[in-house]
Amino acid sequence: MKRYLVKRVLLALGILFSISLITFFILHIMPGDAVALMLGDTADPNTLETVRHNLGMDKPFPQQYLEWIMGVFTGDLGTSYFQRKPVADLLLSAFSYTAKLAVVSYIIALAVGLVVGVVSALNRGAILDRGLMTLTVVGISAPSFWIAILLQIFIGLRFKAIPISGLEAPIDYLLPCISLGLRYAASIARITRTSMLEVMGQDFIRTARAKGLSPLRTVLVHMLRNALIPIITVIGADIGTLFAGSMLTESVFNINGVGKLLVDNITKRDIPVVQGCVICVAIICVVVYLIVDLLYAVVDPNIRLGGEEA
Amino acid sequence: MKKRKEPSPVLTYRGYYRESWDLLRRDPLAMISLVIVLLLVIVAVFAPLIAPYDPDKQILSQRLMKPCMEHWFGCDEHGRDILSRCIYGCRISLSVGLVSQIIATVIGYFMGVCAGYFGGKVDAAISFLVQVFSSLPDLLLAMALMFALGRGLVNLYISLGVLAWSRTARLIRGTVLQLKEKEYVKSCRVDGGSNLRIILRHLLPNCIPTLIITITMGIPSAILSEASLSFLGLGVRAPMSSWGDMISASRAFMGSDGSKWFYSFFPGLCMIVAVIAFNTLGDGLRDALDPKLRK
Repeated sequence: MKRYLVKRVLLALGILFSISLITFFILHIMPGDAVALMLGDTADPNTLETVRHNLGMDKPFPQQYLEWIMGVFTGDLGTSYFQRKPVADLLLSAFSYTAKLAVVSYIIALAVGLVVGVVSALNRGAILDRGLMTLTVVGISAPSFWIAILLQIFIGLRFKAIPISGLEAPIDYLLPCISLGLRYAASIARITRTSMLEVMGQDFIRTARAKGLSPLRTVLVHMLRNALIPIITVIGADIGTLFAGSMLTESVFNINGVGKLLVDNITKRDIPVVQGCVICVAIICVVVYLIVDLLYAVVDPNIRLGGEEA
Repeated sequence: MKKRKEPSPVLTYRGYYRESWDLLRRDPLAMISLVIVLLLVIVAVFAPLIAPYDPDKQILSQRLMKPCMEHWFGCDEHGRDILSRCIYGCRISLSVGLVSQIIATVIGYFMGVCAGYFGGKVDAAISFLVQVFSSLPDLLLAMALMFALGRGLVNLYISLGVLAWSRTARLIRGTVLQLKEKEYVKSCRVDGGSNLRIILRHLLPNCIPTLIITITMGIPSAILSEASLSFLGLGVRAPMSSWGDMISASRAFMGSDGSKWFYSFFPGLCMIVAVIAFNTLGDGLRDALDPKLRK
């Protein structure tokens, strides 16, 4: 287990390092000149040169990268070109919104998805099952920002009590969480259903029934618990897209999270902020995958004993 | 998985793809989605013939006109016909889906084959790259690339194509690992066949079913990514506009009571239809092409 742990942590660090290198490279080959944009068309070449020098943009690429990555280790992600504030501070205040939005949405999605999946599986083939599964197909295929706009139009603008922007009061969470969580609720429901159907056909369920356990207990303790393993896999894989989805949801609902910070600064070409946002999301994704992998190793001895999958 | 009703005598085996087609033909959902996909392709190719109006013609008296007999989907803020714009948008979405997936497939096949076939250090390096690329949300890197390259159709192809290869590579690697141990591959090697010959003559034909499935399943996610990028203002250049651009533009014109719902609604509806059709077709193809599921 110890060896697996070390191997997996080193891999995660390697992945993070590569991502930082790739994004740094991508963001620094762009043709548009941030300094020219910042100072306007009328700036004279000397001023441009000075500003470039002050921002360290005239140094060779490897040196710029090294200085930046050293900063990352000490928690210094550079300074925003336009807002003149440390990127780390901007990220910290934005992150709390994104985390709140993502966590609340996902918990609701998980609850709804599990219930829908279990109900569907228990009513397999019935109209209820078919109706719910059709809805999940729509839920998976619909872009979250479109759902968000439709919710604003058909609910937010019709019922004045439900706000369509910001994320302060509990009621503010309603529409953003539905639009962000819908896709996850749908995919969790589908997987729960499949996984439940697999477990339902097995002998130990028949035994549980034969023992005279109540149907509710059979479903919850014996079926759902065993059906959970594939669901956990999906949860791990969802985290990355959850952040991507929250970028769009934040833009639609005007929530000052990491996604909105990133999108706003992409149009302004504020490279340090963009870079900080990307690396922040990357760290979260890689850490979550790492935790999920380690959890697996705890559950499944095949992995920690070094069985190489084909 | 479909079970065939009549027994199929072994002697009438008519080849892998004919058999697959027979299976696909029996799957009503897959056939419906195939028809929708073909219709979308026809709409995209013959957009100028099908669109009832010029998509860029502005008639200000028709500003934000509600859907009616003349304009089924209504008109946008410049009085342009939304249906015609959706029809032209179909071109962009389908072409981004297809071209980006072809780029991804070429890269993914090459990487996957090298990893699976050569093994060892090559495999370790490529598998590491696959992990790097699959541990970030696609949209995030695509945003960074579009940011660097600038808006435009070709840049969309590139950004979505070069980032989507990791899934293909992983699947192909798995397939090749199994194929490598097959007798015909070994006998070709014993006969002195070069690596290139094995990769092209023996491995490629056997990977084609996997590639067909990954392309079909990759198109809808590329369409969704394109829409998200366009929505964030990182898509094609004006006056071209994709479904995502239209939804993005519609945000400023919802009407204070939501009466202009049609402007946001219809482009998204087109997108959902396309995404569901490709996904369902992909599911059907997977069932029909996967030999493991065959009886």
